Amino acid sequence: MSSSEGKLKPSSSELDLDRPNIEDYLPSGASIHEPHGKLRLRDLLDISPILTEAAGAIVDDSFTRCFKSNPPEPWNWNVYLFPLWCSGVVFRYLILFPVRAIVLTIGWMIFLSCFIPVHFLLKGNDSLRKKWERVLVELICSFFVASWTGVVKYHGPRPSMRPKQVFVANHTSMIDFIILEQMTAFAVIMQKHPGWVGLLQSTILESVGCIWFNRSEAKDREIVTKKLREHSQGADNNPLLIFPEGTCVNNQYSVMFKKGAFELGCTVCPVAIKYNKIFVDAFWNSRKQSFTMHLLQLMTSWAVVCDVWYLEPQNLRPGETAIEFAERVRDIISVRAGLKKVPWDGYLKYSRPSPKHRERKQQSFAESVLRRLEEK
Amino acid sequence: MGNSSSMLTQYDIEEVQQHCSNAFSQQEIVSLYKRFCQLDRNGGGFVSAEEFLSVPEFAVNPLSQRVLRMVDGLNFKEFVAFLSAFSPRATLQQKIEFIFKVYDSDGNGKVTFNDMLDVLHDLTGQFISEKQRKQVLTQVLEEAGYTKDSLLVLSDFVKILGSSGLKMEVEVPVD
Repeated sequence: MSSSEGKLKPSSSELDLDRPNIEDYLPSGASIHEPHGKLRLRDLLDISPILTEAAGAIVDDSFTRCFKSNPPEPWNWNVYLFPLWCSGVVFRYLILFPVRAIVLTIGWMIFLSCFIPVHFLLKGNDSLRKKWERVLVELICSFFVASWTGVVKYHGPRPSMRPKQVFVANHTSMIDFIILEQMTAFAVIMQKHPGWVGLLQSTILESVGCIWFNRSEAKDREIVTKKLREHSQGADNNPLLIFPEGTCVNNQYSVMFKKGAFELGCTVCPVAIKYNKIFVDAFWNSRKQSFTMHLLQLMTSWAVVCDVWYLEPQNLRPGETAIEFAERVRDIISVRAGLKKVPWDGYLKYSRPSPKHRERKQQSFAESVLRRLEEK
Repeated sequence: MGNSSSMLTQYDIEEVQQHCSNAFSQQEIVSLYKRFCQLDRNGGGFVSAEEFLSVPEFAVNPLSQRVLRMVDGLNFKEFVAFLSAFSPRATLQQKIEFIFKVYDSDGNGKVTFNDMLDVLHDLTGQFISEKQRKQVLTQVLEEAGYTKDSLLVLSDFVKILGSSGLKMEVEVPVD
């Protein structure tokens, strides 16, 4: 019998999916059975395992779970608690929120009145200007954090400014960046956003050294990798902060890390961020809310409480691939922040999975059929 | 979840339960409803093919297109009825009927050689040639006492699959 046709053809999809075996993570159940013995009609007609997987995915799947908002449990159902809750709402919206808005406005005024002069007047003296701009960006981030009554507990040694190191963290919302930035002025790689956020990105964030990418551009990836490498080699660039998940996840799961940050030839310093759900669900569900609404929601909650752990820097081990390195770091971060790992690429939010997965299943079934045909 | 009044009344639950012949408990139906609303992102009252395919675990399944044909555009009651074949309370007969329906794409109650060939094609992709597929299928059919021109009906499927210890169950997560 001729051998089964063709190996897996290279996928034409943009998604980088030479991942560790998904079957290790997916609910095993029926797909584990290794069929033996001569091939019979019933073996060909019995498609129950595959149908079970399809129905299982319809009923519940690990990918959708990653992006489900988990608001704190509502507790205003009782006739005694309800008035208490109402007064809480009144307090939050009519007292806390205006105070916070004022604090934020003052912060912006201070920031802009210092930043603009520094930016233009110190044009000649680059290193001094950069130093000042760093301090000012850290300042405005602190004001932001104060405007949500952010209670952030930092654990671990403060990041130091050294070349050839990058920081990676799990991603829940754009506020991750602000929370980390108030401690250390990182340079960050971000998706370019429209509106006022985009304006901030192109003016202020430019000063700490940001790199832009466009998710929808396939070729963009090589350019971005090049920029990342250049930045990380530079001695007086701000340390680079990367969110390898590539999208916001709901702080209970972690999706696969993109390997880009792990093949720069740098030390990778993992940072784990965990938000306390009792106070507010900090997950920015970008499909449901704009960033403005998300910020307003935070500013009318009681507090944003979170823990940030700066974990031990990791290096590529001899014989380890970039993907294995990424998975190892994801493991370190997920364990620290209590996140469950799922084997999906975050970009599947925006596009379909590569045919490679289906092809792998088809190949294994085809091989089993042909093999069993030979048996007597 | 942000869409229109997504609350099931006790009456609705009982109606759905009856429609699926008690394959699911009331708690499971409530869970399935939450899931249905989660999948039905645009709130149209049914889940479209696009919305199903946005679940990566479903999209990578070799039989996704066939299943999609059966489940696309169903309202919640029909959706639960569709899934009832996967309930642990479903009978072996119901499960075999479901499998038969997957094969019998034109719904005329008869499964032809080509129907079976098509499903085999979905399952094996480009890793077996068309000629090999035909050879394999003809061989196993003849060994089972059928021919290439046989038209299989439900009772044939019951005979073939009935003794194989078929397991086809999904668990509905109930929180």
